[in-house]
Amino acid sequence: MLSNVSRHLHRSLQVKNKMVKKLVKGNVALCEGAIAAGLDAYFGYPITPQNEVPAYMSRRMVELKKVFIQAESELAAANMVLGACATGKRAMTSSSSPGISLKQEAISYMAGMEVPGVIVNVQRGGPGLGNIAGSQADYFQAVKGGGHGDYHLIVYAPNCAQEMYEITYNAFDIAQKYRNPVMLLCDGIIGQMMEPVDFNKEPKTTFEQRDWILDGCKGREPRSLKSLLMQDGVLEQHNLDLQKKYKTIEENEVKAELFEVEDAEVIVVAYGISSRISKNAIKQARAKGIKAGLIRPITLWPFPSKILSKYAKPSVKFLTVEFSLGQMVEDVKLAVNGISRVDFLGRAGGGIVSDKDVLNKIIELAK
Amino acid sequence: MAKITVNTDRCKGCGLCINACPKKCIDFSTELNKIGYHSAFLKNEKDCIGCGFCYQMCPDTCIEVYR
Amino acid sequence: MEKILSKPKALKDNPLSYCPGCGHGIVHRLVAQAIDELGIRERTIAVAPVGCAVFAYNYFNFDTTEAPHGRPPAVATGIKRTNPDKIVFTYQGDGDLAAIGTAETIHCANRGENITVIFINNANYGMTGGQMAPTTLLGQVTETTPFGRDPQREGYPINVCELLAGLKGTKYIERVSVCDAPHVIQAAKAIKKAFQNQVEGKGYSFIEVVSHCPVDWGKTPIEATKWVKEEMFKTFPLGVIKDETK
Repeated sequence: MLSNVSRHLHRSLQVKNKMVKKLVKGNVALCEGAIAAGLDAYFGYPITPQNEVPAYMSRRMVELKKVFIQAESELAAANMVLGACATGKRAMTSSSSPGISLKQEAISYMAGMEVPGVIVNVQRGGPGLGNIAGSQADYFQAVKGGGHGDYHLIVYAPNCAQEMYEITYNAFDIAQKYRNPVMLLCDGIIGQMMEPVDFNKEPKTTFEQRDWILDGCKGREPRSLKSLLMQDGVLEQHNLDLQKKYKTIEENEVKAELFEVEDAEVIVVAYGISSRISKNAIKQARAKGIKAGLIRPITLWPFPSKILSKYAKPSVKFLTVEFSLGQMVEDVKLAVNGISRVDFLGRAGGGIVSDKDVLNKIIELAK
Repeated sequence: MAKITVNTDRCKGCGLCINACPKKCIDFSTELNKIGYHSAFLKNEKDCIGCGFCYQMCPDTCIEVYR
Repeated sequence: MEKILSKPKALKDNPLSYCPGCGHGIVHRLVAQAIDELGIRERTIAVAPVGCAVFAYNYFNFDTTEAPHGRPPAVATGIKRTNPDKIVFTYQGDGDLAAIGTAETIHCANRGENITVIFINNANYGMTGGQMAPTTLLGQVTETTPFGRDPQREGYPINVCELLAGLKGTKYIERVSVCDAPHVIQAAKAIKKAFQNQVEGKGYSFIEVVSHCPVDWGKTPIEATKWVKEEMFKTFPLGVIKDETK
């Protein structure tokens, strides 16, 4: 029973009011990261493989006298986030693939209205109802739109429970710094895996005052938040302003892990669970004397294009590994810009790319 | 003693105030206003009882009532 | 002589973009009046719909937010739960509230959120040119029922007040009209009560306003108000449908 799990985990996490290092599921680490960041409200809905999130939050948030609602649908939950964040509060929703499809309208509105919601996707197999296995087939949805219009989400890809905690902890500050919705693109495997997590973040208690939030017009002119801009030229200007913001984000917020790339002849590009598998394969390849390395995007948007293009040489081969049939590989090709060969390894619908699969491909490319 | 004033620039000539007036004091102007409508005006101030029915029906809050 | 009736402070001094004789303008004023009388303007946050009232934020003189079509009750829930001291209301048409937003309407009511919902029922989708709404009358001709609403093909009009009354979370439900001055005065009382309930923490209040839509009905404003009285009241009877606030 999930609620028993969350009750046990919660009790064991708090030792004399000090957070400690504990073995937890990625999904639970994510919850504690959000709570440490000062989460005011969680709105969610059940869907596998992220059910631990609403279950854990249903207990924790109520105990903390914060807001928890299991909404009537994923799209209702996303709209509740929109409302709460419009008033400057910190709010989050989570779901998996088909539920994220439902949230797209609200996400597009948040992007257009510049409302800083945090949305978590614990990916499962698709398209359609798919299956409940971990997958990485929502990359396009997260990074290339998903909702309508010319916008970007800031997209993070944790690859372990510790990052589920730390990246979520930072996500709210980033969202509010840029007044932009942030997405955490996780996968069912990272969500479900139990790993030791060092709960080492100081709970945030003070937050910047913002001059755009809806908090009642006492002592000031009324404000309105909207994305409907009908007058001639106004919407275009708004879009240009958004693009300027995105450029600033691209210049300042790219995050990636580089592992053994300096002399690498085969560079694997992978995020989330496939990056963990790939790292194992790279270590095994190095043991065999093959110069392999890993570039692990931590921000999927902004994509670490400059980093990839720095290492792109005619003698270097790139291998993109995804739990999909090829989505991030397109961004790798764009970044590499024809200078290096780009290969792809992937599985769909919950199929696992093993470290052996990656190693064999590295060996083949290194010849 | 009572009267109304009508913001003729905002009036859209919908006629709801004219229809609502129990004393039939309000009528359409023969002129067109700035936005192209025959706005309402208080034709018979002496009959106005300041009931405010015109104010209640005006969708554009063009009317102010004095008593 | 003193000025006894004029524009409420809670209405901005902007010209309304509604059609001549539209019921929206009257209801906007009644909402603003209630907010002025209760002295809550500085802590009110409104959620606008998609529909003719999408520009409500140009008219209401307090904080407002847009919401995706049908979602104001969910957006309002997010606002009110995280800011219980604020007065939060939604202002929605018949498509927003009773078609695309049916789930949000019902569940917000079912959770008994302490908010106020103002529902404008004019039996069609005005903004987009007069298509059938869930509240379109049987036999009524609209852009998408050119032969008149047929229950076999299009189902029956929905009585939202009665639907919501069955939910324990709803505390005050009244249906009013703005078809003539006496009805407008009654509507003003109902709308003020619905806001007062929120101020006093009495729970979910819902006011349905049976309203006239002259242009899309193909009638003059005066004819349209007559049609409300003669035709709409048969399907949408006025009165207090539920009052558990005593």
